[in-house]
Amino acid sequence: MDAILLQILNGLDKGSAYALIALGLTLIFGTLGVVNFAHGALFMIGAFCAVTVSRILTVSRTIIDDTQKDFLGNPLKVEVPYVHDWFGQATGDVIIDWAVPLSIFFAIPVMICVGVIMERGLIKHFYHRPHADQILVTFGLAIVLQEIIKFYYGANPIPTPAPSAFTGSFDFGAMFGFEPNTIIYPYWRLVYFAFAAVIIGAVFAFLQFTTFGMVVRAGMADRETVGLLGINIDKRFTIMFGLAAAVAGLAGVMYTPINSPNYHMGMDFLVLSFVVVVVGGMGSLPGAVLAGFLLGILESFASMRQVIEIIPGINQVIIYLVAIIILLTRPRGLMGRKGVMEE
Amino acid sequence: MLGLQKKDASLLLLVFALTMLAPFILNPFPEGSGWAQFNAGYPDLMQRFVIFGIFAIGFNILFGLTGYLSFGHAAFLGVGSYSAVWMFKLLSMNVIPAIALAVITSGLFALLIGFISLRRSGIYFSILTLAFAQMSFALAYSVLTPITGGETGLQLALDDPRILDSISAAAGGNIPVPSLFGIEMRDSSEWSVGSWVFTFNNGYYFAAFIMLCSFYLSIRIFRSPFGLMLRAVKSNQQRLNYTGLNTRPYTLAAFVISGMYAGLAGGLMAAMDPLAGAERMFWTASGEVVLMTILGGVGTLIGPVLGAGMIKYMENILSKINSDILHTWFAFLPDGLEDFIVTIIYPFIGKGWHLTLGLLFMMVVIFLPGGLVEGGQKIAKLFKRGKKDDDGAKAADATTPAE
Repeated sequence: MDAILLQILNGLDKGSAYALIALGLTLIFGTLGVVNFAHGALFMIGAFCAVTVSRILTVSRTIIDDTQKDFLGNPLKVEVPYVHDWFGQATGDVIIDWAVPLSIFFAIPVMICVGVIMERGLIKHFYHRPHADQILVTFGLAIVLQEIIKFYYGANPIPTPAPSAFTGSFDFGAMFGFEPNTIIYPYWRLVYFAFAAVIIGAVFAFLQFTTFGMVVRAGMADRETVGLLGINIDKRFTIMFGLAAAVAGLAGVMYTPINSPNYHMGMDFLVLSFVVVVVGGMGSLPGAVLAGFLLGILESFASMRQVIEIIPGINQVIIYLVAIIILLTRPRGLMGRKGVMEE
Repeated sequence: MLGLQKKDASLLLLVFALTMLAPFILNPFPEGSGWAQFNAGYPDLMQRFVIFGIFAIGFNILFGLTGYLSFGHAAFLGVGSYSAVWMFKLLSMNVIPAIALAVITSGLFALLIGFISLRRSGIYFSILTLAFAQMSFALAYSVLTPITGGETGLQLALDDPRILDSISAAAGGNIPVPSLFGIEMRDSSEWSVGSWVFTFNNGYYFAAFIMLCSFYLSIRIFRSPFGLMLRAVKSNQQRLNYTGLNTRPYTLAAFVISGMYAGLAGGLMAAMDPLAGAERMFWTASGEVVLMTILGGVGTLIGPVLGAGMIKYMENILSKINSDILHTWFAFLPDGLEDFIVTIIYPFIGKGWHLTLGLLFMMVVIFLPGGLVEGGQKIAKLFKRGKKDDDGAKAADATTPAE
């Protein structure tokens, strides 16, 4: 029982990342009808926003501290971040410690800008081209984006720690009456899951309860009619693209403490999130979220020792296997809409 | 000639001449001069040109003719490599059985994957092939380690059985090298003329011969009724279905043929260098062949070969340029300007060559959907309008920039 609970928990954080990326992907597909292979790159750019913020916060000047000596006996050089000068020692440390959560505020405008520029500058011209062309051009864009990041940040993973308040693990088992230390779970993964839930909830609420969201949903259902009613649907869809980019970027920002970002992390996630979108059903938002969590949890179950002993290697292929079975038996995916990319 | 139209025959002849003379054409700069680093006439790279040419030709039969975009073609390449290496280990170091087995296994593998994947089309087909390829990659990396060698890859060992070779095996204690009835693949002869050194490699000529055969075969497929049927699938599959035709056997045949081409390329890779690793099956390798085909010109005969040559040239030559070399090039400029230009160019060369590739690829997809071949045709047309007499020469010029 506790093993099962543990695997479900383990699946949640990976599932949250899948769900967030897949949500953005399917949002773009549902609104603009574009298959965006550069979405993984947006996730990666988000992660590097966090890296950038933590680097900016630690920009420091060097002062010579005469009271301390280094091992050669010379006066010690001490790096003092400018944040210390502005906010004082204690507050400055807290700010540096909380760099990753703070980067959210930096990432949102950056990602929206990136998304809007991408849509207006490139993807706009591909609405009437075949899906294969859209895949190809966004694939090329993904290569370009990740090479730019590689040029500026290098090819090695950059460790970006979570705030010290969230290091360590949470003893889940003790809370629910199991033996202590049987179900432990890192705090940050819990935060990630909660964050993902909030973002997903916010996107759904935005689409469901605001006029803007209503128009967008109407546009997803029948773009032409909405246009005929005198609504500038293109503009709204552009904003939705920016929003989807922001969702992917935020998923990346918060993922940095779990996995140190490197320039090809986006590509690694992209393949899986495409599988997630297809399993959930092209253009279906709840489907993407459901499939994301489902596949994340399935993956962590498949990597249990007992399962691997029965079917060796299943943990490596489970996601693809599920995708193949679902694609062949349920052409629309789990919750796909009728008539959307059914062939 | 050989059942080809005049135009195709001259194209085949041109490719024949280019591949046979490649050691000369690719080595235009004398040894030791500053430009010698642009020489591509060394065996390893030339082999890669033709092998990836085969891979791209095969991919083009599927994507160029039927429009089915497979994102998992590297799986067949990997399967071909593995089976060729196994043939070297078990049967003989002769390349013929190895390549034959590579083609057969990859064909069977393609039959299985194609049978399942082709039930869907469009993006779903891409995702299905991608999923299969990633599955093969993951399995080759982990569970199938006894067959694939896992992370270290599959290598030859001294105590391999090699049933056919054991009679005449030299007990020198060296691992034998792949050969064609005694002609070793890695042997080359050199010919120096003045300060030029031309290398003629056995393996290259063997691979080039196979490439010419497969190029010929692809021309025949393109011009056959079967090829026309595949084009019909690309332009309107629904209409074909309405006329009562079942398109599945045609697309499946195309998928298997292109899988066999990929297996052939994989087998040749193993024949040139007898080892196989799982990274050949990774999905970025599948992406690379997509890049090659699109860059060269999808659906054209010569395009994929050009694209493969261009990408491999960039990968091996452009990536070698570093900032010092740039500084020597622009040394004639005033210092400030020199640094400025070097700083601008630097991200695009050396380790950043992927950036150039990505940008080039995007440009081609956006402005030239027909790839380099279309670009060449456009330039040719431009000149034709201007001067009506020397159009033939210009057209030939326009198709060679990748060399």
